[in-house]
Amino acid sequence: MPRPFTPKAITANALLEGDVIYLDDNGQWVRDLRQARAFTEAEVADAALAEAAKDGMVVGAYLTDIKLGENGPEPTHFREEFRRTGPSNYFHGKQEAEAHV
Amino acid sequence: MYKYNDFDEAFVRERVAQFSAQVARRIDGSLTEEEFRPLRLMNGLYLQLHAYMLRVAIPYGTLNSGQMDQLAHIAETYDRGYGHFTTRQNIQYNWPKLPDVPAILSDLADVEMHAIQTSGNTIRNVTADHFAGAAADEVADPRPVAELVRQWSTDHPEFQFLPRKFKIAVSGAKADRAVIKAHDIGLYLREQDGEIGAQIIVGGGLGRTPMVGKVLKDFVSLADLLPYLEATVSVWNLLGRRDNKYKARIKITVHEHGIEDIRARVEERFAQVKPLFGGIDLAMLEEIKAAFAPPAFREAATDAYDRAYATDAVFRAWADTNLSTHRAPGYAIATVSIKTPGQTPGDASADQMRVLAQLARDYGHDELRISHEQNVILPHVHKSDLPVIHAALKEAGLAAANIGLVSDIIACPGMDYCALATARSIPVAQGIATRFDELKLEHEIGPLKIKISGCINACGHHHVGHIGILGLDRAGVENYQITLGGDGTEDMVIGERTGPGFAYDEIIPAIERILATYLELREAPEETFLEAYRRLGMAPFKDALYPPKEEKANAA
Repeated sequence: MPRPFTPKAITANALLEGDVIYLDDNGQWVRDLRQARAFTEAEVADAALAEAAKDGMVVGAYLTDIKLGENGPEPTHFREEFRRTGPSNYFHGKQEAEAHV
Repeated sequence: MYKYNDFDEAFVRERVAQFSAQVARRIDGSLTEEEFRPLRLMNGLYLQLHAYMLRVAIPYGTLNSGQMDQLAHIAETYDRGYGHFTTRQNIQYNWPKLPDVPAILSDLADVEMHAIQTSGNTIRNVTADHFAGAAADEVADPRPVAELVRQWSTDHPEFQFLPRKFKIAVSGAKADRAVIKAHDIGLYLREQDGEIGAQIIVGGGLGRTPMVGKVLKDFVSLADLLPYLEATVSVWNLLGRRDNKYKARIKITVHEHGIEDIRARVEERFAQVKPLFGGIDLAMLEEIKAAFAPPAFREAATDAYDRAYATDAVFRAWADTNLSTHRAPGYAIATVSIKTPGQTPGDASADQMRVLAQLARDYGHDELRISHEQNVILPHVHKSDLPVIHAALKEAGLAAANIGLVSDIIACPGMDYCALATARSIPVAQGIATRFDELKLEHEIGPLKIKISGCINACGHHHVGHIGILGLDRAGVENYQITLGGDGTEDMVIGERTGPGFAYDEIIPAIERILATYLELREAPEETFLEAYRRLGMAPFKDALYPPKEEKANAA
C-alpha cells in the first residue's frame, strides 16, 4: 500500500530580500504560511513546484510538509517553524513584520 | 598595519564592479540562480534561512578604527544595526538585501576590506593569533606571514576550484591561541639557529571527521614558505576526493595516503615550484613586515591603574579576567567581551563598534583584533588608560568580566540563521550564561571553555571545547550531544562523547550537573575543569548525567 501523502506547501526565498515566501492558491508568492496553498496530491504538488521553480524572482523553491490548522497550513518541523517566525535571539524577521500589521 | 598598494586597490575595486554587474544581470533575469550562485558565493554572499548573509573577511583578525567605524556604518545603513563576529575572524551581516550588496562591497573597499574568498572551494580568510604583535610569549608576529599568504592565495589561478574549502592559520607564539591544529594547514612560527621559519601542520580539522593536524615538516624557512605551501595545496588539489564532498578535505587525503606519502609528494612538487618564485615573495614579505612594525609604545607611570585596581572591585574583577600580558612594559592586552550573559555570543551593535573604534583611536594605537573566540581585543593599551577604558566599556554594555569563564561561550549562528544548521545554538549559549550568572558560580568554576555548534560542521568548535555541545535533529526534535575533555591548544584533543543527547529543555540542567560534579570532586580550587576531567575520566560525569534507572523511578 502506498504511504499516505502528507500535505505540502511550496516555499522558497524571495530573490531581492531573501525573505521566506509561500505559493498561494492564486499562484502568487505570499509572506505568510497560513495563506499558502495546501497540496494534498503528490502529482499536483510536483507539477506546481516544477512551474514555481521557473520563476526567476524566487530562489530554492521546495515542497515542505504541513498540517492543516484552523487558520491554514502550519509547519510540522521546527525548521519550518523558525522560517515562518524569525530568529529566537532578536525580534527580527517575520515575527516583527507581523507585529507592525 | 598593512596598507593596500595600487594593485590591491585596483583588484578589489574591479571585483566590486564585476559583482555589481552580476547582481544587476541576476535581477534583470539574464542570469539564472544556478549561474549566479557560484558568483555570489565567491563574494561571500549566502542565502540563509530568513535572508541573505554577507560574510566579510577580517584578515588575521586585525582592524583599525576606521574599518570598525565602517562596519558599524554598514550595519546601520544596510542591515539591522549589528554584526556577528565569527569563529573564523569574519563578520557576518544577517539581513542584507541583494540590491544593496554592491554598495556594501564598495563601502568595504573604501576601507580596504572585502568579502572575497569567504566562501567556495578556495583558500579562505587567513586567521591568526588575536594577540599577534602584542603577546609577551611571541617569537614572531604572525601577521606579515598571514598577509603574504592572503596576497598569494587571493585569486590564485591554480586554487580557485579546489576539491573543497581550505583554511590556513598562523601563530607566532608559544601558546596556541589560534587552534592551529584544527586547520587544513597550520603554521607555528619558530626560531631555529637564529632564523625564523615555520613548523608546518597539515590535515587538521573539525566537522564530521575531526582530526588533529600532523607535522608535515618541522621547519621551513621563510624563504621556502610560499613555495612549500603552494606545493602542499597543489598536491592535494590533484589527490583530493572530488567524488565525495565528505572526503574531499585534506585531512582525509592525509589520512588515506599517510603523512609520509604526502610529505614525499610535497617535497617532489616543492622542487618543481621553488625555482618559479625567484625571490619576489621574500621582497614582498619584507615590505609587508615594515607595515607591521610595532607602534611607538610610551613610557609612563601606571599609578592610575594601580589605584583603580586597589580601590575599585568591579575594575579589579575585569582586570583579573580580561587582561593579558603585553610584551611592552606598562602595557596590557585588553579583551573586550561581547558576551555579556544573555547576549548573543559574537554580536556587537553599531554603537558598540563605534565605542570600540573610538577607544582604539584614543588609547589603543588605532588597533583592534577579533578573536576566533568571538571577542574584540584592544591589543596595545597602556595600563594607565585602563580605568578610563573600563568606564567607557561599562557605559556601552561591554564590560563583562568573563573572558575564559563559563559564559565566554563560542556559539555558531545555528538554526536561528544558518541554512545548514540542525538545531539552535544561540539560545543554548544565552541560557547557560544566564543560568551561571544567576548562580554566581562563574568565578568559583574558573577557567572553562564551552563551545556550541548547531550542526556537525562544527563552526562552533565543539570538538575542542572543554565542554562541547552539538545540536542535532533527532526525529524532528532538537537534541544536544555533549563532549568532554576537548582542548584547542597546541596539545589539541578531540572531546569524548558522554552518551545519548539531551532535549532542548534538558541541556542547561545537564551542563549544571557536569559542573556541580566538577566542583564536588576537584582536588582544590586551582584544579581546573579540564585538569579534573583528565584526572577523573568520564565516569563521574556520566553518572551525574545518566542516573541509574531506579533513581529516576524514585525521583519520579
